[in-house]
Amino acid sequence: MTFDRLPKARRSAALLGGAAVALALGAASAGAETIRWARVGDALTLDPHAQNEGPTHALNHHIYETLVGRATDGTLTPRLATEWGIHPDDDTIWVFELREGVTFHDGTPFEADDVVFSLERAMAETSDMKGLHGAVESVEAVDEHTVHVQMEGPAPLYVQNLTNTFIMNREWAEEHDVEEPQDFAGGEESYAVRNANGTGPYTVAERDPEVRTVLEYFGDHWAETPEVSEIIYTPIAEDATRVAALLSGEVDIVQDVPVQDIQRLQETDGITVETGPENRVIFFAYDMGSDELQTANVEGNPFADPLVREAMHLALDRDAIRQVVMRGQSLPTGVTMPPFVNGWTEELDEYPQPDYERAQELLAEAGYPDGFEVTLHTPNDRYLNDEAISQAYVGMLDRIGIDVNLVSQTRSLHFPLIQNRETDFYLLGWGVPTFDSQYIFDFLVHSTEGARGGWNGSRYSNPELDQKIEALATETDLEARNEMIAEIWAQVQEDRVFLPVHNQLLAYAMREGISLPVHPENQPSMTDVSFED
Amino acid sequence: MARTDHETAAASTPRPPGRLYRAWDSDLAHAFRTSPVALVAGIVAVVIILAAALAPWIAPHDPFDPGSLVLMDGFTPPMTENEFTGNFYLLGTDDQGRDVFSAILYGARLSLFVGFSAVLFAMVLGVTLGLIAGYRGGWVDSLLMRIADVQLTFPSILIALLIFGVARGFIPPGYREAMAIWVLIVAIGLSDWVQYARVVRGATMVEKSKEYVQAARVIGAHPAKILARHILPNVMGPVLVIGTIGLALAIIAEATLSFLGVGVPPTQPSLGTLIRIGQGFLFSGEWWILLFPALALLALALSVNLLGDWLRDALNPRLR
Repeated sequence: MTFDRLPKARRSAALLGGAAVALALGAASAGAETIRWARVGDALTLDPHAQNEGPTHALNHHIYETLVGRATDGTLTPRLATEWGIHPDDDTIWVFELREGVTFHDGTPFEADDVVFSLERAMAETSDMKGLHGAVESVEAVDEHTVHVQMEGPAPLYVQNLTNTFIMNREWAEEHDVEEPQDFAGGEESYAVRNANGTGPYTVAERDPEVRTVLEYFGDHWAETPEVSEIIYTPIAEDATRVAALLSGEVDIVQDVPVQDIQRLQETDGITVETGPENRVIFFAYDMGSDELQTANVEGNPFADPLVREAMHLALDRDAIRQVVMRGQSLPTGVTMPPFVNGWTEELDEYPQPDYERAQELLAEAGYPDGFEVTLHTPNDRYLNDEAISQAYVGMLDRIGIDVNLVSQTRSLHFPLIQNRETDFYLLGWGVPTFDSQYIFDFLVHSTEGARGGWNGSRYSNPELDQKIEALATETDLEARNEMIAEIWAQVQEDRVFLPVHNQLLAYAMREGISLPVHPENQPSMTDVSFED
Repeated sequence: MARTDHETAAASTPRPPGRLYRAWDSDLAHAFRTSPVALVAGIVAVVIILAAALAPWIAPHDPFDPGSLVLMDGFTPPMTENEFTGNFYLLGTDDQGRDVFSAILYGARLSLFVGFSAVLFAMVLGVTLGLIAGYRGGWVDSLLMRIADVQLTFPSILIALLIFGVARGFIPPGYREAMAIWVLIVAIGLSDWVQYARVVRGATMVEKSKEYVQAARVIGAHPAKILARHILPNVMGPVLVIGTIGLALAIIAEATLSFLGVGVPPTQPSLGTLIRIGQGFLFSGEWWILLFPALALLALALSVNLLGDWLRDALNPRLR
């Protein structure tokens, strides 16, 4: 229809509409872009030290800042610290020179004391970040912009642990009674759960958990002004709804693209899909340390028997899961460690082919010729097709006689089960922000003691190995340290502490004209978004 | 024809006709036979209910036995052979290699079981409380009806969700899965008793002032006996109507709860769970995983609902 043929009244309406569009475009080109960002689940809390969890960190990185950041290529970048290094006279002290002229969202200037407060807070009992700071003895503000971190011994890699430890303001925390992190697994609520005062590029304008979060650009931020001035973050749990939201233009970026929709989105005009590997491994773990299981129908603990664990490994058909459940969007593995991580080798990565007959023989040998019954807990909104992976494995275990009841729930219910040791058998994904094996050992392998072993739901406890893991933190000779890592992995693999499935491949989908590269830790920053139109 | 048979039978023998025959010859049965909508709805409902009840004998696979599923069979389209395994499936398979046809039969069985049980639960609870409230009157009536009023202000699905959440908190972790289906039944039942209670209360208030009730009271019958023997049979008509419509609503409520992921475990999918699973493959081209369970739910809920509507009209003296 040409313009002339329109009736007069409509013509003026069209003119007005055109003017409005022109105005809107004019405003957009002035650097005030809104990005509407959707993913499968919400951040569990805004408290920066309460949950060491991907989506929680991903949102908090926009509001709070860390001392050092991680570039997409894995290198460290300056953030609140401009320079860092080991003290020239004492190799047990880390020195951080802090950025000057930084203010918190409420206007308070950022000082060394805030770093002392935040690191101490991250080491508190209720902190989920404490496993990263197990080797810290004390933190001291030398002057307004210098911090010394006294380690228990030489800790050459400690700075790698700081990429997700956010810096808070001491006065703000004291004022709102949030000096201790929220006890997430205990179900506690605090002021810091829905409110924040960071130094990050965006402030919280609106926070409605699980529904909508609006972040606005913080005008006094120290870095270059990003193109995105407003972020509207919406969790959409249903796969089809999330994809539909992108197709209909309701959102601009979908972070967790369902594997079954990647191809269709790639073929859709006006949609771009970025793919890449994630630094995250998906695995099953079982309680191998308790005397009795909570949900099994047999006396004792079948998972404590190495034969049962071997049988379970032989029942897992990783290739079938890759082909059908993941549609090729995964890299099956035999080790609970993504290839990004220091310590990874091709030999460790190898995995056995399923052998159901042998598995049944092993079960019979272990004294369970008729198998047993147990409950498997799985999240259904955290990892790519997490519920479907668990369900597929339930079928495979059933074939060797292990009768599994599957409990599938949202991750805010799933994770506390692991942290409170209320599950016998569960699915978990583990990203490695430090890019080093020690992170896996500290959280998942070391006995649950003090700062370490917070996510050791396997209840694996090997004092000899614990000693080696602790020694890793202070070993300065990198070659010797790598040898120790290999030794620890050999033991972990021999004891079959975990049942690794695969490493995830990521896909982000976005409307054409936007560019956002895939972040290996799946923590994209909206400050990296650029607009072509 | 039945009617003429009856006449000749009545003329030749003085013996009253059998119960079955009387039921067949009643006004209700006649109204049913002459209403095409009721006939079709009735046949569809009976076929689905029979197929669901006989699922273990009809279904070619057992979708609730995870060990029998072959993952490589996943996403087989309807009426075709799987490219890896060569297995053939009438209505295709879902993402776990589950036969969609068998899953629908077993799912409908589960949905119907939950639906019937929930309606029965709501009915027993609602009718009992309605009888007591209507017969006793006074503060008992006020209390029960105010509770009912408050509950009516909330959507029933919300109440079911609330009950489901609270109940799960009380059940120890190891028993939650085994109890899930019962919790679901109680949750749906508790969210729906008000309908029965209100209708029965009104009818009871009318009946209790009638002479036969007064007479029973005069000869000293216990109130419980009066309620059960004399009043209850006279208020059951509308209860049956609500029950039939309630069955359709309960099936949909179960589907909604399962669709929201709070119902039965995914390894034992009901129709609602199957639809939830299928919905994830809407865009990727595997339409059969969603379509067939959705059609089955539609047919089941619609036919039961139409039957309920028809029953309401048939029992309504003003429309006769």
